[in-house]
Amino acid sequence: MINKKVANVTDALEGVADNMTFMFGGFGLSGIPENAIAELVKRNIKGLTCISNNAGVDDFGLGLLLQQKQVKKMISSYVGENDEFERQMLSGELDVELIPQGTLAERCRAAQAGFPAIYTPAGFGTEVADGKETREFDGKMYVLEHAFKADFAFIKAWKGDAAGNLIFKGTARNFNPNMCGAAKVTVAEVEELLPVGELDPNQIHIPGIFVQRIFEGAHFEKRIEQRTVRQRN
Amino acid sequence: MLDKNGIAKRIAKEVKDGYYVNLGIGIPTLVANFVRDDIEVEFQSENGVLGMGPFPFDGEEDADIINAGKQTITTLPGASFFDSAMSFSMIRGKHVDLTILGAMEVAENGDIANWKIPGKMVKGMGGAMDLVASAENIIVAMMHTNRAGESKLLKTCSLPLTGVGCVKKIVTNLAVIEVTPKGFKLLERAPGVSVDDIKNATEGHLIIDGEIPEMIL
Repeated sequence: MINKKVANVTDALEGVADNMTFMFGGFGLSGIPENAIAELVKRNIKGLTCISNNAGVDDFGLGLLLQQKQVKKMISSYVGENDEFERQMLSGELDVELIPQGTLAERCRAAQAGFPAIYTPAGFGTEVADGKETREFDGKMYVLEHAFKADFAFIKAWKGDAAGNLIFKGTARNFNPNMCGAAKVTVAEVEELLPVGELDPNQIHIPGIFVQRIFEGAHFEKRIEQRTVRQRN
Repeated sequence: MLDKNGIAKRIAKEVKDGYYVNLGIGIPTLVANFVRDDIEVEFQSENGVLGMGPFPFDGEEDADIINAGKQTITTLPGASFFDSAMSFSMIRGKHVDLTILGAMEVAENGDIANWKIPGKMVKGMGGAMDLVASAENIIVAMMHTNRAGESKLLKTCSLPLTGVGCVKKIVTNLAVIEVTPKGFKLLERAPGVSVDDIKNATEGHLIIDGEIPEMIL
């Protein structure tokens, strides 16, 4: 077994620096790497390019990095629900690249899987395709989209082991598996770090080969963005 | 004239037995409430769940189980979770049978705009561009006019596009319209709405062929 376990979030983020490009798993506030984000806020490194489907809310998730003006550029598919983000974007302080959600996922997966680029029909004929190579296959038009290049991928999983194997829960899975192994260093934080041998190999979502560092998160708030319920009658 | 629930109720009649359906945010989400209960349908949410159920009971909500609108949900027996790349494989790969989404503008050639008002509202396209670029069966659910009373069914879209030539059918508070190579073809009127009312609210070319029946809800 190749040991990927590190003691804590401080060790896990060894090597992060100004002007780096980071990937963050998560959809809305679900499945975000809360511990890594908190550590980045503490280190207050600047000039970051962040690849994440969303940008958090004002006081949680990536919103915390935006508050401290640590982010130079966001690459996302949907950035509503965040006033500070909108302010920085409209004032020009923050560079924003909005891309289709499926393209975001596939540019991560391409980086993970060793493809330099992929063709997608998404965005053809829109401003998303401006300046990009397009090509026809079987009578339909496609846009060439390049694999991301990132320094670190920050992942949140439900369970893991010291070998770096990961299991996700519910829709907190989202972009997390697609970002594993898509950056130079993949850092996974898990709710439960189990002894090697306790995870059933049949149930592993991401094999440890895609993960360089793993640690058990100290605390997960797991904030709910839109709490919707029905009443029992 | 229909309200938002009325639009959802009419669209629900387009949902057939055995369909996998992706519902957008807003009016489309309401469609699930009106689908006949004697047919089998599975709802897909692009954040990674197939087989979505109703909202959880108070106290049973789980931060790890949400829909694309970030609302807490439940799953039904037979449901599955998956990652974002797989979710869009379902969408791009045409495995989803029906996509229902909202729009700010639709043009008579089927172009759709629903993600950006330059300088004003920039929230992003989310999964909408992937959905409209690939789905073969797209229904737009929207009000016929905007808050200023201007038509949302146009000759050409004025806002940045989400997709080109992709919308097949539109259900509004006033009408059911099919997008044809010749323009907007009026199929049905909402209860109490005249053909003239629809004409006046439609900027794009409206094709009126014979008697236009009233919707059956």
